[in-house]
Amino acid sequence: MLAFILRRIANAAVVMLTVALIAFIIFRFIGDPVEMMLNEQATQMQRDALRERLGLNSSAVMQFAKFVTNAVQGDFGISYRNQQDVFTLIMERFPATLELVLVATILSLALGIPFGVITAIHRNSMLAQGLQFLSIVGISLPSFALGILLILVFSVQLGLLPGFGRGEVVDLGFWETGLLTTSGLKALILPSITLALFQITLVMRLVRAEMLETLRTDFIKFARARGLPNRIVHFRHALRNCLMPVITVTGMQIGNLIAFALITETVFQWPGMGLLFIQAVTFVDIPVMAAYLVIVSFIFVALNTVVDMLYVVIDPRLRTQSTAGGGHGA
Amino acid sequence: MTYHDPSASVFAPPPSTDRAVLEVRDVRVEFPTRRGTLVATDGVSFDIAPGEILGMVGESGAGKSLTGMAIIGLLDPPGRLAAGEIRLEGTRIDDLPPRKRQLIRGRKIGAIFQDPLTSLHPLFTVGAQLTETICFHLGVSAKEGRMRALTLLKEVGIPAADERVDHYPHQFSGGMRQRVVIALALAANPCLVVADEPTTALDVSIQAQITALLKRLCREHGTAVLLVTHDMGVIAETADRVAVMYAGRIVEIGPVLDIIRNPRHPYTRGLMRSIPGLRQRAERLSQIEGAMPRLHAMPDGCAFHPRCPDAGPRCGIARPDLAPVSGATTSAACWLHQGGVSHAAGR
Repeated sequence: MLAFILRRIANAAVVMLTVALIAFIIFRFIGDPVEMMLNEQATQMQRDALRERLGLNSSAVMQFAKFVTNAVQGDFGISYRNQQDVFTLIMERFPATLELVLVATILSLALGIPFGVITAIHRNSMLAQGLQFLSIVGISLPSFALGILLILVFSVQLGLLPGFGRGEVVDLGFWETGLLTTSGLKALILPSITLALFQITLVMRLVRAEMLETLRTDFIKFARARGLPNRIVHFRHALRNCLMPVITVTGMQIGNLIAFALITETVFQWPGMGLLFIQAVTFVDIPVMAAYLVIVSFIFVALNTVVDMLYVVIDPRLRTQSTAGGGHGA
Repeated sequence: MTYHDPSASVFAPPPSTDRAVLEVRDVRVEFPTRRGTLVATDGVSFDIAPGEILGMVGESGAGKSLTGMAIIGLLDPPGRLAAGEIRLEGTRIDDLPPRKRQLIRGRKIGAIFQDPLTSLHPLFTVGAQLTETICFHLGVSAKEGRMRALTLLKEVGIPAADERVDHYPHQFSGGMRQRVVIALALAANPCLVVADEPTTALDVSIQAQITALLKRLCREHGTAVLLVTHDMGVIAETADRVAVMYAGRIVEIGPVLDIIRNPRHPYTRGLMRSIPGLRQRAERLSQIEGAMPRLHAMPDGCAFHPRCPDAGPRCGIARPDLAPVSGATTSAACWLHQGGVSHAAGR
């Protein structure tokens, strides 16, 4: 078990190094950082001084080593645009994105799993057919269109919910949360629905397909033959067997949501990392882009590692213990 | 309509009551398809006395497993029980609503399936699966359920049951898993166990142990068994009586020794001759020519007559019903024992 964990962490480290290399190459070779950071009237002296300060005179390998060392300590340099520490800048925005993504993920699991089970068990009922139809809408509707539609209906026409921003936030010292104020929660509703709709349908369709598969297995038939009620057979025995792929997809989707929340964030002017990234792209703010790349990759890799470990918790067959003996003849 | 006299059976203990624990009458299982209704079994009737083991033997597709599933009440749709009656301890169960039928499963009728590798849920410990079944049916606390689970595991011969109870199915060998399945089938002390090919997926060396175990436990608990198998050897070792199925019907039924020694139906005779014996060594095994007819192409008259060495003109016209063979303890569905095969107007 320990060997397994260490192997996963070593894997993750290699992936992160590769990502760091790509981020480093972007930073170093897309344009000259010195030209971008100084204005056109800067003297050659100033240029050389900055070049020296940024360590651009040492060899590429040394520079990469320095980049990695700094990145591990959370130092991604200074933003070109607002001359602030990039890591601090991103971390200020991170809570907004994470709260949005977590609420969307919880929504997608809380709705997607029961919907999937219902559509699998009562395959021919009106409800199941309706949900199946809606899921096609959910999968095909682009999130920006849905976001704009929701704003139009609930903010502009009905005036019930705010159409942009994060509402009031409470500063907990290390974390700015919008979950503790009414306006913060209200502001969260539309963006999280926008972000979650695709996920809900994805989880629902996945659970449905897995359930249909599982309901045909012998152990489900045997569970019925043991006289267990449908409730237990469906929600305990069958659903448990469907959780592996759901966890895989959810783990990867949380990463995706963080990375691609930027569309939803743009539509709702949500002050998260995505919005910051979009602004960085507009101003060719390379340190911010490089840091964003590294941080998002880190989240991806961390989630994948956690998912791998969750497998072991759920499926006892993956726990290779010495007690697992086929040696007992009957 | 009683087809057997239990006292004539060699192994069976004298039943405590006259009432059969299971009465199956004229059961007909159908599969509606686009091209018409396929009749998989028809006119299947038999009784099982308390504590008795009835073997049900036949080729693949003869309808023996379907009969077992119909009794459990788990026919895979679109298959359905189209006619007939099933009575358990005198009460009709085939027309019960699903919820009431479910309460009988596991509580009154235990089930053992063919493949112990796939019968157990891979993600729960065997103890959890036993406890859940026991607690649901007997309404006891989780603690008592676990105690009973341990007792059952010991009873089915799992070594170090105290430790094994918390193991997952994949940590058991095939034979051990089937022992766990047997423990699950007996968890709520049912009066009948339907065992569908319980040894087919197992190693030959383990088959005998499992059948012996099943037989011993059912004797001890007074549980009746419907033992579905295609293995005549298993039947000979285990069953008190045997029903031979062919093309969805019982063609012969009677005490197991009588049927082995003196089969009356030509199909049973062919079946017996195709089993290798220890004495006949170099001899080539005989086989029954041809194959069982498909469900949508049943011949008129007796379904076996195209393959039957003794068939006469009458066999292709009218189908014989199961009837006691005069001077024997068995019943057979064959004109040979009901006035001859030659004259079509024999009736």
